[in-house]
Amino acid sequence: MISLPFVFALSLAAYAAGAFASLACWRKPALARRICCSAALAGAALEGLTSVLAILRGTPVAWSVPSGIPLFAYSFSYDALAGFFNLALAIPVAAVSIYSFGYLKEFEGKRNIGLFGFLFNLLLLSLTVVFTAANAFLFLIAWEVMALAAYGLVTFYHEDRETRRAGLLYIIMAHIDAGCLLLGFALLINSTGSAEFASFRPIAAQLNSGQQTAAFVLFFLGFAIKAGVIPFHIWLPAAHPVAPSNVSALLSGIVIKTGIYGMARIFLDVLGGVPSWAGLLVLIVGVVSAVLGVLYALMEHDLKRLLAYHSIENIGIILMGLGAALIFRVAGHPTLAAVALIAAMFHTLNHAIFKCLLFLGAGSVLHSTGTRNMEEMGGLIRPMPVTAFCFLIGAVAISGLPPLNGFASEWLTYQALLAGFGAIPGLTRILFPLAGSMLALTGALAAACFVKAFAITFLALPRAAESRNAHEAPRTMLIGMGWLTLACAALGLGVTWFLPIFDAMTEQLLGQRVSSHLVTHGLVLSAGMRTSGTVSTLVIAVGLLVLMVPAALLVAIGVRRFGRKRGPVWDCGLPGLSEENEYTATAFSKALRMIFSVLYKPRREIQAVFDVSPYFPKEIRFESEIEPTFEKRLYAPLQEFIFRVSSRMRTIQAGSIHAYLAYIFVTLVLLLLFGVRK
Amino acid sequence: MIEVLINSALQLVLLLLVAPLLSGTIKTLKARLQMRRGPGILQSYRDIFKLLRKGMVIPETASWIFSAAPYMVFATATLVGLMIPMTTTHAPFSLFGGVLAVVYLLALGRFFLALGGLDTGSSFGGLGSSREMTISAIAEPAMMLAIFTVALGANSTNLSEMAKVAVGQSWRFLAPSQMLAFAALFIVLIAETGRIPVDNPATHLELTMIHEAMILEYSGPYLALIEWGAAIKQLVLMTLLVNTFFPFGLSSDWTLQTIGVGLAFYLAKLLMLACMIVLVETTNAKLRLFRVPELLMVAFILGALALISTFLF
Repeated sequence: MISLPFVFALSLAAYAAGAFASLACWRKPALARRICCSAALAGAALEGLTSVLAILRGTPVAWSVPSGIPLFAYSFSYDALAGFFNLALAIPVAAVSIYSFGYLKEFEGKRNIGLFGFLFNLLLLSLTVVFTAANAFLFLIAWEVMALAAYGLVTFYHEDRETRRAGLLYIIMAHIDAGCLLLGFALLINSTGSAEFASFRPIAAQLNSGQQTAAFVLFFLGFAIKAGVIPFHIWLPAAHPVAPSNVSALLSGIVIKTGIYGMARIFLDVLGGVPSWAGLLVLIVGVVSAVLGVLYALMEHDLKRLLAYHSIENIGIILMGLGAALIFRVAGHPTLAAVALIAAMFHTLNHAIFKCLLFLGAGSVLHSTGTRNMEEMGGLIRPMPVTAFCFLIGAVAISGLPPLNGFASEWLTYQALLAGFGAIPGLTRILFPLAGSMLALTGALAAACFVKAFAITFLALPRAAESRNAHEAPRTMLIGMGWLTLACAALGLGVTWFLPIFDAMTEQLLGQRVSSHLVTHGLVLSAGMRTSGTVSTLVIAVGLLVLMVPAALLVAIGVRRFGRKRGPVWDCGLPGLSEENEYTATAFSKALRMIFSVLYKPRREIQAVFDVSPYFPKEIRFESEIEPTFEKRLYAPLQEFIFRVSSRMRTIQAGSIHAYLAYIFVTLVLLLLFGVRK
Repeated sequence: MIEVLINSALQLVLLLLVAPLLSGTIKTLKARLQMRRGPGILQSYRDIFKLLRKGMVIPETASWIFSAAPYMVFATATLVGLMIPMTTTHAPFSLFGGVLAVVYLLALGRFFLALGGLDTGSSFGGLGSSREMTISAIAEPAMMLAIFTVALGANSTNLSEMAKVAVGQSWRFLAPSQMLAFAALFIVLIAETGRIPVDNPATHLELTMIHEAMILEYSGPYLALIEWGAAIKQLVLMTLLVNTFFPFGLSSDWTLQTIGVGLAFYLAKLLMLACMIVLVETTNAKLRLFRVPELLMVAFILGALALISTFLF
């Protein structure tokens, strides 16, 4: 038997070695690129192995190396939850590392690949530590390193002003969330005198309700900001798109999931449950994020920003499951809580996979056309058939359509929500089916959005020269995407084989093993206890294929006897249809923009230049934008307030060194007094 | 196993045959109500047969997505048909997918059809796809709420289970929650099958069309598959309505007699629902596109009221 901590240490070592070795080789770009990608791949493989070992083992492994600093120790706990998140990290990271072999080639000679490799591997290292740390300070340090490495990667194209602004916004929000977490942990450390997670568990039940509320609010804020939950999301659609595409994939696929991990770890494990209003809050915030996230995504015509908004939507769907799990736990329905938790965690993994896939696809498109603007794309399915196919699979999966993995986890979320109606007493039960209907709205809008994203990017005629000269991505990039495409299909079709993975986690957090309730007849996914509902993605896939056979025969006979030819598109008798007549992304979402105009407050401006008659304009300029509600209504006043306060504070910042020395002295005395009194 | 196969085969035949008959009946009834002679109830069969024997023109701009869409539409609609109880309470594929799978499989077909509409680069296709996806997205929550009301009453999302529970309480449709849910689902049915006042299946004028614009470039056997698939989808949604709310004639055992009785009741119920649709289509004018969301909002509110009244009464 291979020792788990040993393999784990090896994977950390692989990331660390990759980080420092690629930094050391920064003068040799080709070498740095190979080191960066192979180290990440090796680290991901070892990490995957560790998590498989942990899941097979079932019981947690914990080890600790003292540091000599009070309250701080290198404590790790590799339990089922950590193992699952490491798995959700390893699968996409393997794909991203293979993809990066090809993707980083264009950086050679232009950008510092050594630095990129350093930050990239450092990010992976810190993510791994975040998922396994069992000491509050180790966790916070890893959290901070993660934020800084991500900042370095977000601002990698730092010569661009938009990128720098996005990076600044990101780092500010990252520090607000780190501050909230620090305070939250301080609250716990204050009552135990230790920073070990293990020491928090026994005292969690003894916190009074004020402390409980404070702990919940602080941790929720911290993790929700990191996860990009609405209304704390504004950094996400700014920062994710401007990073290099392989990094965007990691940020949207994994880094925001640390927020979900944190909520599961703190609320379910460390605090051992939260009050039911808190669970309801998580559920409602989830619903709002899901619906608003997808509505904002629909208005985007920047392919990567569109994907970034979908991350907000999917985090919302995950929070619906997580919120339901928290509520069921307090209400004394551990089995239902386990089903809801599985739904949330399964969606976390699925989203990591298909969002990475979509960002990598968008990266290939960007790599080939040099633009993120969908209005300049079109027809890319011909030069880039493999990328198009992979993107299509990702689009079907993220829209929650059967038989792929997104459907399986959304189906479980629906079942958990429906079960809530029967399990929860009182009027709050109405919220569950209503949340279910909002999930339906989200799913349908996501499908609409991905019809737009795929069709405008890959179908019909190219709208600009860049898209006409597009070429397929290099082989390594295709392999990376292919691996994730396979994962989408495998997790969708093989969901019933995969479910036992969650048993150890639900047993640890909720004392229940439910995977056997969730499978009937070997291959059929079932909703378990209260609501009985069943579905089989495998039979659906086979059924669809079988039913296509007679249809294909009918078509084949018809084509053989009566022929098939290619002809021009119907042009209403006015020849000369061109790409200018195509529907655009903006046009596609026009109907929804009008229907939800209360939310969007759209503004448009049309300027036409004409000679004789207004019916024959020579030139038209069209501008349309929607109001960024949260930025304008929430953050702008906040920013103004901060500026006002800081301009007041300038009076004490006179720039005189004597004054500063006096401040330091006074502070020191006050702190000493405070210490003595205690 | 054998039983499942026979049952599936029977239901498949029923689906493929009844669907065009039903749309032909609706067309004829509508014509009669408007003092026209109408094409006769067999016209949909003739249309499909004629299209299968036509040459096909594929737009030069189209990719393989354009060709995949008709198969997807046909296969999803037919597969969904196997998950719904038609003449007995037992649907052959009910174990493999309940009402959630039905909704999402129909969405899968729509997803590909919308891609097919955009694939040609024609503005009509884009217009149709955009409108279709928009309207179906707004119809979805109303549909789900109404379905949840029934599913929560039956404690199952499996359609066979829901039908069994309904059979036990044949007069349940008189309960306020069921009536409200039925009304909500009826509005959704009108929207999903593209009928007046939401869409007009009879015209090809660009101002009125949604579904027809999306499939404008399809011809020959592909168009036949799409039309047939659309007819099956309509049949499936109507079956969902009649069998979950009015389970008369459904029985859980499997003899020649029960199937015969079930079939007779089933066709009669479909005819009644068809009459309702025809009445709505004839007495209403088509709504402006941007009034449709209001109609669907009504459906959503009806669904929410249905849900609330489940535990008030």
